[in-house]
Amino acid sequence: MTRDLRHRRIPIALSGALLFAMAGPATWGAETNTIIVKNFMFSPMSLTVPVGATVTWKNLDGEPHTVVNDQGLFRSGGLDQNDSFSFKFDSPGTYRFICSIHPTMMGTIVVK
Amino acid sequence: MSSESINPTRRGALKCLAAGSAGTLFALSGGVFTPINLAMAAAGDYRVANAGTPLFVQISDSHIGFKADANPDVSGTVKRTIDLVNNLPDRPAFIVHTGDITHLSKPEEFDLAAQLFSSLKATELHAVPGEHDVIDGPGKEYFARFGRLSDNRGYYSFDHNGVHFVALVNVMNFKANGLGALGDDQLAWLENDLHARSSSTPIAVFAHMPLWSVYEPWGWGTGDADRAMASLRRFGSVTVMNGHIHQIVQKIEGNITFHTARSMAYPQPTGGNGPGPGPLKVSPDLLPKMLGVTSVKVARSPGMFALDDISLA
Repeated sequence: MTRDLRHRRIPIALSGALLFAMAGPATWGAETNTIIVKNFMFSPMSLTVPVGATVTWKNLDGEPHTVVNDQGLFRSGGLDQNDSFSFKFDSPGTYRFICSIHPTMMGTIVVK
Repeated sequence: MSSESINPTRRGALKCLAAGSAGTLFALSGGVFTPINLAMAAAGDYRVANAGTPLFVQISDSHIGFKADANPDVSGTVKRTIDLVNNLPDRPAFIVHTGDITHLSKPEEFDLAAQLFSSLKATELHAVPGEHDVIDGPGKEYFARFGRLSDNRGYYSFDHNGVHFVALVNVMNFKANGLGALGDDQLAWLENDLHARSSSTPIAVFAHMPLWSVYEPWGWGTGDADRAMASLRRFGSVTVMNGHIHQIVQKIEGNITFHTARSMAYPQPTGGNGPGPGPLKVSPDLLPKMLGVTSVKVARSPGMFALDDISLA
């Protein structure tokens, strides 16, 4: 019985891994316009979206982070664990952002 | 409460210093010495029990509003810390909070902090902001409450018992490399503030982030601190106290002693140990051993400081 179960599990686990590999974090983020903040990093670090798209940042770290544009276009408040911040991009361009508390964390939104 | 006095660990600390070729002492336990204390300790005839006049107690990183699993009851550990300070055998003249009073700069967090700290039995509470206190950028909530002493600059100085105290702000202008910064205006103010003082004046400096490089990849340092140190170096006794990294780290450089204090809320990993400087979850019985305050005394002569780290358990 145990052996059978194990045999059944392997193909399921494999297909799960394949799915994950095909839809890695960068592709997934691009499709949903979501940037995950985890382990003191923005992921993906660079995201390309069409004009009019809304991008959402979600912090999964126990330490708060912020999302601050270096040109002052957008600035989140302190995002505690599981808090989100969204911004709608109405004009084409390249928008850099950092966490103002941990400025080594940086990323870019490209709006086309 | 446990006080990590100087004597039991002095030889260990001295060994660490001797071996610390990188120049930074990672003091896992043990009291903290001034250079002269160290020399006396090395000679084996120094007793710390009556090291001097109680001066002040440094508290730090209360992070009111934090509620993740590294410490679900921050108000509770802050209250325990206040009890500890209120029951010290030598009553400090005042308290210094070296920042991150709140977790997210929210008004209700500042209000709760004010309510809790009002039970401290001390005549004055001095403070400098941490980056968690000024998350909005200009620090509206912080300065509305703590800006008065500094004319809303955040940095200021005062004198007490022959000691010159300097409060500095290094969390308002982060550099791209993540290090804190004092900025030209504050550095010019500091140089002017120190200019007229005699080199024999003991100086105590406090700021939130370390004023020396503890671990640069995590931003544990201040990019333009060298200029501040240049104006402090001529003084015979300087102690620089910080919080920010939620653990005790110490360094002695000439007449300047650098010391970081424990948090009242949660510990953090040692530099580089993990993905980043976030809350470190430890077992409930270990947590109070990793939280605490720093008690500072000044010896009558020659005006040297003695720092004593006291943990909650």
